[in-house]
Amino acid sequence: MRICIVGCGAVGSLFAANLSMLDDVEVWAYDAYREHVDAINANGLRLSGAGEVVGLLRATADPAELPACDFGIVATKAMHTGAAIAATAHAFADGSVATVQNGIGNEEVIAEFVGKVIRGTTFPAGKLLAPGHVQWDVKGDTTLGPFEPAPAPFTEIERLADACTRAGMPTTAVADARGPQWRKVIFNASTNPVGALTGLSHGRVCERPDLRRLVSGLVDEGKAVAAAQGIELDADPEDLIDHAAKPEVAYHHKASMLQDVEARRTTEIDFLNGGIVRFGREHEVPTPLNQAIWALVKGVEQSWTK
Amino acid sequence: MTRVCIAGAGTIGSLYAAHLTRVAEVCVLTRRPEHARLLNEHGLRVSGRADFTARVYATTDPEDVRDADLVIVACKGGDLERLSEELAGRFAGATLMTVQNGLGAEDVVAVRGNWPILSAVTFMSGTRHTDDHVEYVLDTATWIGPYRGTTGADAEAVAELIRSAGLKAEAFPDLRPAQWSKLIFNATVNTVAALTGLRHDFHFAEGELGSLVHALVDEGKAVATAARVELREDPWEMNVHATQRGHAHSPSMLEDVTAHRPTEIELITGSLVRAAERVGIPVPLHTALYELVKAKEASYS
Repeated sequence: MRICIVGCGAVGSLFAANLSMLDDVEVWAYDAYREHVDAINANGLRLSGAGEVVGLLRATADPAELPACDFGIVATKAMHTGAAIAATAHAFADGSVATVQNGIGNEEVIAEFVGKVIRGTTFPAGKLLAPGHVQWDVKGDTTLGPFEPAPAPFTEIERLADACTRAGMPTTAVADARGPQWRKVIFNASTNPVGALTGLSHGRVCERPDLRRLVSGLVDEGKAVAAAQGIELDADPEDLIDHAAKPEVAYHHKASMLQDVEARRTTEIDFLNGGIVRFGREHEVPTPLNQAIWALVKGVEQSWTK
Repeated sequence: MTRVCIAGAGTIGSLYAAHLTRVAEVCVLTRRPEHARLLNEHGLRVSGRADFTARVYATTDPEDVRDADLVIVACKGGDLERLSEELAGRFAGATLMTVQNGLGAEDVVAVRGNWPILSAVTFMSGTRHTDDHVEYVLDTATWIGPYRGTTGADAEAVAELIRSAGLKAEAFPDLRPAQWSKLIFNATVNTVAALTGLRHDFHFAEGELGSLVHALVDEGKAVATAARVELREDPWEMNVHATQRGHAHSPSMLEDVTAHRPTEIELITGSLVRAAERVGIPVPLHTALYELVKAKEASYS
């Protein structure tokens, strides 16, 4: 089985390095970051932290080098999905492509370029320490399921989930993967931008009762949009928010969006709160708070380009 | 000659002080001794829309101020409690005029003494370059109305004094319609600027951010209606007009968060949210921005 990781940042690297340990899987990684690609080809892809792995795989910044693959796993930042899949789609003419990205709307973009798409959500996280070296911060589960308008065959989804699980990335194939996906997107959309706008860590956001109420207001709108689509959340995002606020979990964690804002990098807001607003409009569910947060973070991005 | 005391010499106080020296005897009450010393030694320079240096007498000690006919309380909202304490028991015979943003500055002052009080809002803006140099940027008006123990004629007399000094001013029989227009405008524009880092430019009048601004204005208008205040100007039109001026103003709340200073959020959005509570109108968006700005202040420590 040949799998190509499209976008080999922190999360992509967790899949790439772990999957490369399997005898029956050949792993390729496509990434535009040339130093990272060169380091992987020279010394392998090293993970440290929650697991110590050195994966041997082929990396490339040139999509023309990619052979035909059975599977793609897209792990770019959400705003780069279109460019990345457009460049690599030829490798998946017969293959199935899964997304493990943040936010909603990625599957729709992938389906513009490939025919068999897998909806996915993943909870493990890490960060790129240096070219070829990724810190594995937290382990977590992955859920895969067919993307309804352009579904991959379920047996294929099971085959990919099985490979990931055997590689140490516990993954479940389900008929409807929207529940975990919306739980995660609601979690991210209700907490990340609040951290980004205020400069507060996750724990400090949650210990301000009035601000925590705003977070719940955002969660409630997200839940209403999910419910209007007939999506049953696999758990309450509120539980995840409270769990993450504990000192031993992620009290001091600066949301990735806050890190993006501090570094003046474009954020994933269009695919988080922007996605909730878009799906809300389609299903006539009002989302005024998510819309406000979306507009404010877009405003932050606009303030850099004056 | 009319004797005027300017209590608080930030941007707005400095603009009043320098201009009023043309028609009145002006004394400036500052918080910092260094500030007073510089003003006494160098005078107060105005650049921008005017260009002159005014001789002013400045002090930190209200005891040093000879009796005044008019005290313009021009400090920032956050400094109002402290300054009002200093005014207590002094300036018998003076009329006090507050020019702070938001609502409620008059009441903070009123409980400290039985002076006649005028209420004012100002749209003037400037940039304070140093303690003794202020740039006059927008020559928009100060609106004045009676508050306690004053009449429309008293408001008009002060408006005339300010006009004769070369600034714009207008008197109203009831200031609330103007004050609320500005309150809603500030609660909307200042918070959005402080949270996004955007100066008040075209982004506030179009696209998603324009929609947010519009929705915030609508919430404010609903509160005004329930409080039986008929707005003098539509805050949305004030917003659009301001973004078309060609000069993108940097709202004071944006400057405050950039410098990690406390903001006027309590006096501005806080007073709107509390007024909304009193009249039973939900303002979820203003409440959200109120919490976000307060949290941003908390992130400094």
